[in-house]
Amino acid sequence: MSKIGVFICHCGENISATVDVARVAEAAGQIDGVAFSTDYKYMCSDPGQTMIRQAIKEKGLTGVVVGSCSPRMHEPTFRKACQEAGLNPFMCEMANLREHCSWVHDKSEATTQKAIDLVRTLVEKVKLNKPLFSIKVPVTKTALVIGGGIAGIQASLDIASAGHQVILVEKDPSIGGHMSQLSETFPTLDCSQCILTPRMVEVAQHPNITLMTYAELEKLEGSIGNFKATIRKKAKSIDENLCTGCGTCITKCPTKKIPSEFNTGLGMRTAIYVPFPQAVPNKPVIDKANCSYYQKGKCKVCEKVCPTGAIRFDQEDELVELEVGAVVIATGFDIMQPSGFPEYGYGKYKDVITGLQFERLASASGPTLGEIRRPSDGKIPEKIVFVACAGSRDPAKGIPYCSKICCMYTAKHAMLYQHKVHGGKSYIFYMDIRAAGKNYEEFVRRAIVEDAVNYIRGRVSKIYEENGKLIVKGVDTLLSAKPVEIEADMVVLASAAVANPGAEELAQKMHVSYDSYNFFSEAHPKLKPVETNTAGIFLAGACQAPKDIPETVAQASGAASKVIILFSKDELSRDPLIAVVNRSPAPVFSTCVGCFMCTSACPYQAIGEELITNRQGKVIKKVAKVNPGLCQGCGTCVAFCRSKSIDIQGYSNEQMCAEVVALLNND
Amino acid sequence: MTEFEPKIIAFVCNWCTYAGADLTGTSRIKYAQNVKIIRFPCTGRIDFMLLLKSFGEGADGIIVSGCHPNDCHYTSGNFHARRRWIMFRGLLDMLGIDVRRIQYSWVSAAEGSKWADIVNSTVNTIRELGPYTEYEKVAGYLEKEGKE
Amino acid sequence: MKIGFYPGCSLTGSSREYNESLLAIAKEAGVELFEIKDWNCCGATAAHNLSKELSLSLPARNLALAELEEMDELVVPCAACFNRLVMTQHELSEKEDVRKVISEKLQMPLKNNVKIYNVLQFLEKHIVPRLDQLVKNPLTYDVACYYGCLLVRPQKVMKSDRFEDPMSMDVIMTKLGANPIDWPFKTECCGAGFSVSKTEIVGELSGKIVRNATDRGAKAIVVACPMCHSNLDMRRPAINTYLNMKMDIPVIYITQAIALAMGLTPCQAGIQRHFVPVNLTVNR
Repeated sequence: MSKIGVFICHCGENISATVDVARVAEAAGQIDGVAFSTDYKYMCSDPGQTMIRQAIKEKGLTGVVVGSCSPRMHEPTFRKACQEAGLNPFMCEMANLREHCSWVHDKSEATTQKAIDLVRTLVEKVKLNKPLFSIKVPVTKTALVIGGGIAGIQASLDIASAGHQVILVEKDPSIGGHMSQLSETFPTLDCSQCILTPRMVEVAQHPNITLMTYAELEKLEGSIGNFKATIRKKAKSIDENLCTGCGTCITKCPTKKIPSEFNTGLGMRTAIYVPFPQAVPNKPVIDKANCSYYQKGKCKVCEKVCPTGAIRFDQEDELVELEVGAVVIATGFDIMQPSGFPEYGYGKYKDVITGLQFERLASASGPTLGEIRRPSDGKIPEKIVFVACAGSRDPAKGIPYCSKICCMYTAKHAMLYQHKVHGGKSYIFYMDIRAAGKNYEEFVRRAIVEDAVNYIRGRVSKIYEENGKLIVKGVDTLLSAKPVEIEADMVVLASAAVANPGAEELAQKMHVSYDSYNFFSEAHPKLKPVETNTAGIFLAGACQAPKDIPETVAQASGAASKVIILFSKDELSRDPLIAVVNRSPAPVFSTCVGCFMCTSACPYQAIGEELITNRQGKVIKKVAKVNPGLCQGCGTCVAFCRSKSIDIQGYSNEQMCAEVVALLNND
Repeated sequence: MTEFEPKIIAFVCNWCTYAGADLTGTSRIKYAQNVKIIRFPCTGRIDFMLLLKSFGEGADGIIVSGCHPNDCHYTSGNFHARRRWIMFRGLLDMLGIDVRRIQYSWVSAAEGSKWADIVNSTVNTIRELGPYTEYEKVAGYLEKEGKE
Repeated sequence: MKIGFYPGCSLTGSSREYNESLLAIAKEAGVELFEIKDWNCCGATAAHNLSKELSLSLPARNLALAELEEMDELVVPCAACFNRLVMTQHELSEKEDVRKVISEKLQMPLKNNVKIYNVLQFLEKHIVPRLDQLVKNPLTYDVACYYGCLLVRPQKVMKSDRFEDPMSMDVIMTKLGANPIDWPFKTECCGAGFSVSKTEIVGELSGKIVRNATDRGAKAIVVACPMCHSNLDMRRPAINTYLNMKMDIPVIYITQAIALAMGLTPCQAGIQRHFVPVNLTVNR
């Protein structure tokens, strides 16, 4: 005998403005099996929840339907309220009257009728709900952090300091990321490497952190609290235990003209190399694609000169399996290559460079030892033009968003240029100046007032070369409303921040959502910035969206705190909405015929075999069995089963059929 | 003579389309009232006999929507659903049921406006196709047979 | 394969030589062009400034006429006419209801499926394959190919992938034995309609184009648009005033270049109609 309680929420005016909530409650009260029906302004509030709890106790309710917002919002809230009143939480369902009804329709009879239909559907479902109990799984208190930039470093240090094991995986030979490529950081003009390298060393020395560089995620299986990650440790061709980091091999390597990735192509490196002097770990790797030995079978000079015999040409990639409880994705971003903009001449004219390349020029350990020099002839530019928004905020180029950091770093670049080239003239073509952080506006003012940087509000239409100079054709919309032509010696394009090239593939490996720009999706844009829709996987840094260093560090600590919260319990409660193969008494035992179609359908290998034996031990039947620890509750097996022997709790065949019938029949 | 208002039922997956429809709501994008959603954990869960059941219960049109290929929260549920749909579509066609009455789509959690577009275009299509009356004819025939 | 031909107002008026040279090289290459009977003005800039419907109807009528005459392809040498026809075709193919309305207004069926080619696309398809046999006097000097704006913009409709640095004319000139220079003014504005209302602007903008081509060693500027030609050639006095220098570089149509390379006389190519003398030595 069902005694369902129906609670219709006004949600302030969000629902009641377009839906006649009183009528919905009244109609619900007429449904067979509904013992109590009411409406209230804010069901999720304290008094609202008290109302539910009281009704459960006073009316002896066997089920609850709350007609309010999306269950993705408040299902846990109402289920908890029911639990507190002594009703099994899985006897509570929500009808989505807000996101799917009141917010998307105008006030009308049809809207109210739709709300009534939706409530009725869930009432019929709840009548068939059964009490369910959470499944407890143990939590592996080890975290996997993917990406060794400042985000990954910060997250690793926080989790490790809380006493948990961390494995930090970085695909490049050294950690540090883009921050290690910067010369100085805004708004303080701190030397980037000076503030970063102590953290890098801390990571390497921390007893709780295992650092795996030159390694990538190959596969991720399992679920929150119990992931199994397979890491591919690419062959460095070096025995790290023997290597002392003396660097002799690097000085003797005959292949010296490989464009250095760290120096953004402006400098060269050898085939056996360390990306930059402060690399952590400070041990080289051999770039197989460019090494004479690997490509042509010659050389081996490094092996000859290595004092400890650490070179290992026979080293292969190694696959390592890790058991972890949580994953933090901190894979960072990339800078768009503006060769897609022929009007700017990037790639055609050597002296048109990106902002990141300018950082390397300005860097004291960079290819020009900190002097701003033209890549074409090494001369110092007397006039330099910076083009802001080169690609960003431009739907025609495919990047409608703002890359956030460029206004600040362009101001910084212009300031650094003025500091280094006394008497030089710098110009910035901008659309807006976005300097919203702490001390950011003052920083930009400094550039204008103290360093005499010329800001021109207008876009650049074309850059071309004439007599060794770069002619920049733009417009000044603010002061003169006239076209402007500048003969520059060098042009720096603040090109858009984009997702890393491997981002989509990584997201698919981890079943994490991503948007159309391949940035990873947060679970909620306002309230869940560090979680993803995949439980147990968190986000930190620019892989989620372009952001500066202070925000990255804050987000990384946020992700770390979520991991620490997860690890604060020994056991995790899993939703019991999983599949179950039916069992019945002898002689049937189960309608399952043992075809195991379900096993082949399950993406989690959660369905195995069970042998049903008689008292003599003779096997009567081989049937399917679901492992409750692995089943994720997708229900694919249920749709496969031809004998309808497997069903999923919370979305059973009976329940879904009842919902369909209830939705389409409004009598 | 009131204009025919189609009755359309939507089977959507919790992780993508349901969330996408939530986003439509959060973004306050308006669409036709004729579509009502039933939540599934995954499109892979959808037993396609439920689609036939829906027509039998008076639905004029059906929307089935889930995650984009490669983005399924449960890895492969949507692939199974897609394969099922391809087979089922052929079967429906053979039975004489107009497959235009079923709209199969992928809507991600970020595609709020796409969900609204799909709802509106499906409603228009079903409106043009008219009410689904074939099942009634069969049911009437069966009833008549039963009496004899 | 019936190739239609839409000359438009310019080719029958101020750019007669473009018409003459195009027909001459087509004849030489054995390609028959069928001029649309009773064609009308495409509307140019005037129509789309006044009325959206008019701006679509005028080009649409020409497309409908081409369909009636069962033309598979339609060559439109004037870049402005080309732009108007393609934009109309694009708009009508995107908006089915608009196409029906226009078709009704014209009282003509309009399937909107004629393939519209600008002169460069036409040359690439029908003339260039035969050039190996037809070139008698290669034009062995540096030339600057000037595309102007209408052949490549708007990018979404024209779908030219090299809209900042187009190469189709350069490729044809190479096949004629010439050396097309790399220069940054390929698609820069010449001043367009200001030719009449504010000629000094044309003097400045076209002047910059002419100066850059000359500075980079080009012996001729090659164009594929009557407006470009008119501003760079007929408005040379305004250009010379702006630059305070007499600029001699001649401006020829791509069709005229091909005609000269094929061994046709300058008169057959219509060279005598130019304002700036074309003193190009032709290697025999």
